[in-house]
Parts: sequence; C-alpha cells; structure tokens
Amino acid sequence: MEQHKNIAEMEIVVEQKHHEFLTENTDFEMRSLDATCFNESELKHPWWHNLKYAFVGLLFGILFVKAEVVSWFRIQEMFRLQSFHMYGIIGSAVAVGIISVWLIKKFKIKTIYGEPIEFVDKKFNKGQIYGGLLFGLGWAVTGACPGPLFAQIGSGATVIAVTLLSAITGTWVYGKFREYLPH
Amino acid sequence: MSLIEFIKQLWPWYVAGPLIGLTVPTLLIIGNKTFGISSSLRHICAACLPAKIPFFNYDWKKEVWNLFFVAGILVGGFIAFLLLQNPDPMIVNPNLSAELATYGITNYNSLVPTEVFNWGSLFTLRGFIMMVAGGFLVGFGTRYAGGCTSGHAIMGLSALQWPSLVATISFMVGGFIMANLLLPFILKL
Repeated sequence: MEQHKNIAEMEIVVEQKHHEFLTENTDFEMRSLDATCFNESELKHPWWHNLKYAFVGLLFGILFVKAEVVSWFRIQEMFRLQSFHMYGIIGSAVAVGIISVWLIKKFKIKTIYGEPIEFVDKKFNKGQIYGGLLFGLGWAVTGACPGPLFAQIGSGATVIAVTLLSAITGTWVYGKFREYLPH
Repeated sequence: MSLIEFIKQLWPWYVAGPLIGLTVPTLLIIGNKTFGISSSLRHICAACLPAKIPFFNYDWKKEVWNLFFVAGILVGGFIAFLLLQNPDPMIVNPNLSAELATYGITNYNSLVPTEVFNWGSLFTLRGFIMMVAGGFLVGFGTRYAGGCTSGHAIMGLSALQWPSLVATISFMVGGFIMANLLLPFILKL
C-alpha cells in the first residue's frame, strides 16, 4: 500500500516537471521533443519494449511500398498534377489523424501504460519556410522523404543508402551551422 | 484471385491513406510518441558524430524508439519487395512516361528509375545531383523546417498546428518548382 502511494506521488512530480518544462522551454528543435519528458517513464521499461515501434515501422514500410508512396514516379505525378493518388493518401491520412487526435483529447485516452497523452504546440519560425522549400526541392528530385528512403533501401534500391548517408550529412551540416541561419 | 495476389496489387489511396493516418494514434497510445521520421537522422548524428555541436548534444538513447521505428520501415520495405512484389510494371500517367522517355527513362519495374538511381551513375553529374545533392537537401531541409512529411504534414496537421501547414505548403512549393522547372534540365544532363 505504502509503495503504491509513493509511485503515485512520483508520477505527480514527474507530471509537474514535465508541465513546467513544456511551458518554459520554447525552443523545441534545440532539445529533442521526447528527451526530457515522456521518455523519463520509458526508462522503466526494458529495451525490448522498443520492438513494438519496430513492428509498427515494419507494417508502415510494407504499406509504403505497396501503396507506392515511396515510388519516384508517383512523386513526379503528384508534383505535375498528373494523378490523384498521393493527394488522396496524404488527404485521407490527415483526415484520419485529425479525427484520432480529436478523439484522444475529447475522451482523454491514455497510453497502454496509463500515462496521459500530451500534445506540444509547434512554434512558428522562418525555418519552416526556408527549410521547407529546400526539403521540397530534395523531395522532388530524390522522390523520397526520410521515411521512404529507408523503405527504398529495403526494397532493393541499395544505392539509396548513399542518398540516406547524404541526408544524414545534410542534417549534421544544419546542426553545425544552425546559429548562423535565419530562423 | 488468391489473397496473396490481391495483396500484391497496388494498394489504393483510400486504403493506404487511412492506415497511414492511424499511425498517429497508434504511436501515441503505445508509448506517447509523436509520429515523425526525419528526427531519426538527427539521432544518428547525435549517436555517431556529435562533435560537441550543441544541437547534437542530448541523450539520443532516450530517443532510440525512433531508430527502432525506421529500422522497421527498412525491414518492411524488404519484406514487401521479397514476398509481396507486384509482378507487373508500374502504370503511370501517359504524359509522364512520354516525358521521361525523352530522358531515356523507360524502366518501370522498380520504385525508382534504375536508369538514374544506380551505383554506376553515382559519379555522373546527373546521378550525383539526384542522389547525393538531393539527399543532402532532404536532410538539411527537413531539420531546418523541424520535420518532414510525417512530422509536419501528417502529425502536425492532425494536431491542427498552423506552423505545420506553413511547412507543408513550403514542401509542396519546393517540390513543384523542382519537378516542373529544374528537374527537366537535370534529367537532360
């Protein structure tokens, strides 16, 4: 009984710290979104709990390939307004996402571990425009955003490993020169 | 038609889209994770070469779920390729195939045009721009924008975040400029 009480108190403290953190720290890109909050509790779980994310990723990868979301050709069709396929996918994914998030908020649905699900507001900065444009250029030329890069490699286009390595380099260079870039 | 043949066909948008959307609540419910893929590239930097850069100085091990997730995507791509591959070539808009034929792209058996994306053409100007420079833009741009198609267009819009709408519109503008104005010149190289 005593032990249960302590755990409950600890959870309240973690929640409070988390809340303070969210309200004080506004440079969300500087920290990693999860680094100091939700994953505090994740540490209680052994590493193999992460396999559930690998499983979701696996289904996601199959979906990516079978719906040809990772196809260079489908991306070209999208940006030339020659097919509805990609617009249908993104549009219906967002619609389902909006309804899901609304339901989670409305019914205060908790995680399988009983933690409340919390959403962090994104803060606007000019990087979303400049970076967004640069990513758009890269998306149309490689036919892949970061997720599809992994699926393309898996589906046998081994040379895309070079593209992935280059994308990692791009991320690193951004991190290195971040303070000199307009945000 | 057997079930496996049925699965091997192109999955229509009204099946794939809602399933992608369901990833958002799934990740939230199984561990309070916000859907996002491009952060994995940052975690790889933080794990392999943080180089005392503040942006990469955080405990990446706490973010390891994201690396498991992308590893899953890679394996999923492999399974789909190995077991569920569509035996027929991809059918694309005739206008696109006519245009691509003028650049020597006629093979529709792979997810990427093998005439451009292959090891041999990595060091040609066209191959270098499309694979290496393109990849760099993807990695640099997504981090600068604070997310990619999954983090902004799917997760951000699902949570009704207007900065994500700005980012998504920017992605699309960049894509339209590249595909229609710049890519024809690059493909001609």
